[in-house]
Amino acid sequence: MEHLRAVNDMVVRFANVNGTGSASANNMFAKSIFRMGIPVAPKNIFPSNIQGLPTWYEVRVSEKGYLGRRDGIDLMVCVNPQSLAQDVASVQPGGYFVYDNTKKLHPEFVRDDIHYIGIPMTEMCNHHFSEPRQRQLFKNVVYVGALAALLNIEWEVLTGIIRDQFKKAEKLIAPNIKALELGRQYIHDHFAYPLDIRVERRDLVGDSVLIDGNTAAGLGALYGGATVAAWYPITPSTSVVNAFEKYAHQLRTDPETGRRKFAIIQAEDELAAMGMVMGATWNGARAFTATSGPGVSLMSEFLGLAYFAEIPVVLVNVQRGGPSTGMPTRTQQADLLLAAYASHGDTRQVLLFPSSPKECFDHTAAAFDLADRLQTPIIVMTDLDLGMNDHMSPPFHWDDLRAYDRGKVLDAEALENIQQFGRYLDTDGDGICYRTLPGTHPTKGSFFTRGTSKDEYARYTEDGAAYTRNVDRLIKKWETTKKYLPPPELFQESHHHAQGLLFFGTTAYPALESMDLMQEEGIGFDAIRLTAFPFNETVDAFIRDHEQVFVIEQNRDGQMRNLLINELGVNPQKLVSVLNYDGKPISANVIKNQIVGRFQAVG
Amino acid sequence: MWGCGHDSISAAIVQACYEQSVEPHRLAKLSGIGCSSKTPTYFLSNSHGFNSVHGRMPSIATGASLANRELIYLGVSGDGDSASIGMGQFVHVIRRNVNMVYIVMNNGCYGLTKGQNSATADVNAASKSGSANLYPTIDLVGLALELGATFVARSFSGDKTQLVPLIKAAMAHPGFAFIDVVSPCVTFNNKPTSTKSYDYVREHQEATSSIDFVPSRDEIVIDYREGDSTVVELHDGSALHLHKLAPHWDPRDRASAVNRLLTAKAKGEVLTGLLYIDPGSQDMHELEQTVFQPLNTLQGKDLCPGAGALGKIMAGFR
Repeated sequence: MEHLRAVNDMVVRFANVNGTGSASANNMFAKSIFRMGIPVAPKNIFPSNIQGLPTWYEVRVSEKGYLGRRDGIDLMVCVNPQSLAQDVASVQPGGYFVYDNTKKLHPEFVRDDIHYIGIPMTEMCNHHFSEPRQRQLFKNVVYVGALAALLNIEWEVLTGIIRDQFKKAEKLIAPNIKALELGRQYIHDHFAYPLDIRVERRDLVGDSVLIDGNTAAGLGALYGGATVAAWYPITPSTSVVNAFEKYAHQLRTDPETGRRKFAIIQAEDELAAMGMVMGATWNGARAFTATSGPGVSLMSEFLGLAYFAEIPVVLVNVQRGGPSTGMPTRTQQADLLLAAYASHGDTRQVLLFPSSPKECFDHTAAAFDLADRLQTPIIVMTDLDLGMNDHMSPPFHWDDLRAYDRGKVLDAEALENIQQFGRYLDTDGDGICYRTLPGTHPTKGSFFTRGTSKDEYARYTEDGAAYTRNVDRLIKKWETTKKYLPPPELFQESHHHAQGLLFFGTTAYPALESMDLMQEEGIGFDAIRLTAFPFNETVDAFIRDHEQVFVIEQNRDGQMRNLLINELGVNPQKLVSVLNYDGKPISANVIKNQIVGRFQAVG
Repeated sequence: MWGCGHDSISAAIVQACYEQSVEPHRLAKLSGIGCSSKTPTYFLSNSHGFNSVHGRMPSIATGASLANRELIYLGVSGDGDSASIGMGQFVHVIRRNVNMVYIVMNNGCYGLTKGQNSATADVNAASKSGSANLYPTIDLVGLALELGATFVARSFSGDKTQLVPLIKAAMAHPGFAFIDVVSPCVTFNNKPTSTKSYDYVREHQEATSSIDFVPSRDEIVIDYREGDSTVVELHDGSALHLHKLAPHWDPRDRASAVNRLLTAKAKGEVLTGLLYIDPGSQDMHELEQTVFQPLNTLQGKDLCPGAGALGKIMAGFR
């Protein structure tokens, strides 16, 4: 029988039952390889359920540093009888199937083109541990110990992770290491090891961290100076606020009084969450919320008010599969049009597209400056894949000399020197007007914030000319916006390819990998990674300078393509959609196959 | 329009602020959508105002209060704004005990859209277009009491003597102070049979008490009239002197307030005055244990943990 052979290049998948404590063991597995200096890309594939349904975790190990999902399972660890048939079928020919053979495997699950490694996990745990919960939990640790032997994971690295993890619960260290040893010993006694797929220490991760995008965004909000977080729980965004809360308690609590330099309010719904954010920012605090598509739908009413009344807002949208309730625990980039034009009337919203946890941190922190500077909502568009999975990322940095940009706010002294304050007067000619905060000056600077049409002095008016002046100024501000946003990233040494790739967010990892794959077949591309909306001149030029641009995104309707056509007036023929919308993160092979297929169809 | 109840309430707000020497710029006016919500345009022009979206003023007020605990927040809403489209937010702003005055100018109808019945309209009341209200009336006062509001009052736009001290007391109350003010709509809902009309309220008003609001700095010189009187001390040393008109009732006893309200309703009376107050009220900032300094005045050095802390956090992810 064929044996897969690979060093530091494989996909290992774990099939577990939701709620059985497998997550920490699986994380330990990924982290051990990461600590051996080898790039890893873990992904959770979990149900919208509390306990009992199948859940998977897969880890791509890639010496080349490819962090996108790869199709094909090289080694499957199956401890869930419910999904057995599917799990057996998903292993590549020549691959390995590790399972709990306490109960004999039914012949229908036996393939003759994969290798079976049976370990009596239940029996071993029942024999060595007495507490029922421990018996269940340590089954997970047993298979990690077995994988250490099978894949050649360094023992000191694994035990080191356990020591770190239970630093505050030392009595758990010994039984965890014992469970690891049980698994390792069983392999030593019964199988040839290591396998032909294995890992070897490298020095490829440098000072990188392994962190999820939601934690990064929560930290970004803390560093960006948010004092108010108002939110409503929704998968997959909840952990953004959880992270903010955790670090705010640690770092923003007055050590003497125990009082907090922040407030976190779990609102009654997403409408109220956005209202609280706007009440706080209108009153001069930095505030944010995090949600997902269904929440953005509800917040659209307030997003229109924020756009029109010019109130800063920071919103982290961790996108999931839509429409409606859709696939709450699967990933998509399908809220682009909803977010870009959120609310009725002529509205436009500023979007940021982070591609890595570092960018989740940087963009979220920057969003507070941008919101204050531009006096409008800034929507950070991440997704479930980026938000809820750990990603290898450069570490986050903060420059202690960096000061917050609070934008154009007049204090009492500035008001003293002004003849007549006009909230919507374009004094500087950039479309951005000066605002005042309540309570600033006894007789100057007060005005009425409203969602109705108004003149330069914030007075209600239905005069067509005044209305037009105001909405045209908002377009001027929209143009000004472009120079404040992070620039797109170009991947082209010179303009020598006729074809270009365009991508953003989590599509970046597999898109860059697909470029390598196609280059191996002699097909070269230039590429651009978008980081923000509105699009700037570089985006326009990139599309102009290429005959054809493949727009790679994770939704059915080619929403980014539509946005580009709508905003830049691009000839639709020029933009070809490359799409994946089944809820799984897009892979390099999917991209390559669609693009190459397109060439073959044309050629 | 002459006689619009909302106008009288606006005047009462101005008088209360004047008598309390409230600096207009230390007060923020917040509203939603509707006739009532438009009124803040017409008073206290040196105060910032925020005319938000329909039924969502409570969330704006909550955020504003979080950002700066030192201003006075005056929310002005209507029966459509609070009892229908904004019911969810009304309920939850009470629950959070946001430190604000929340006035509902209650006329039982939608004035801006030509007088449709609202959720506080009387059963069988005919709207201007002629269709009758088939559904039970929502009593916001009863609801607020039930939800645990720490200051609940009802008044009448035509009774400034009662309304002004109520607003002053509401401003001094450390928490959510709710005043439901019956405010006849002379255009759409002032038929004598309507419980929101001038004639009906004047005929059927039953006050729990008359009130004197005594700021802490004032010497207390009250001319007590006959009957019981109760003194309620507020957190800042000011006091409410309630000259009780209604028997079997204690303003600090929620159950007796609910009881009294239901009895009045059964008799077709409009019960007005301060119905309930919790002198031990703890507002949202106390519950959230925020610092005393307003959050909107904290600077980068207070807020940003810096590069060193970030480096330590990063080390935990390797």
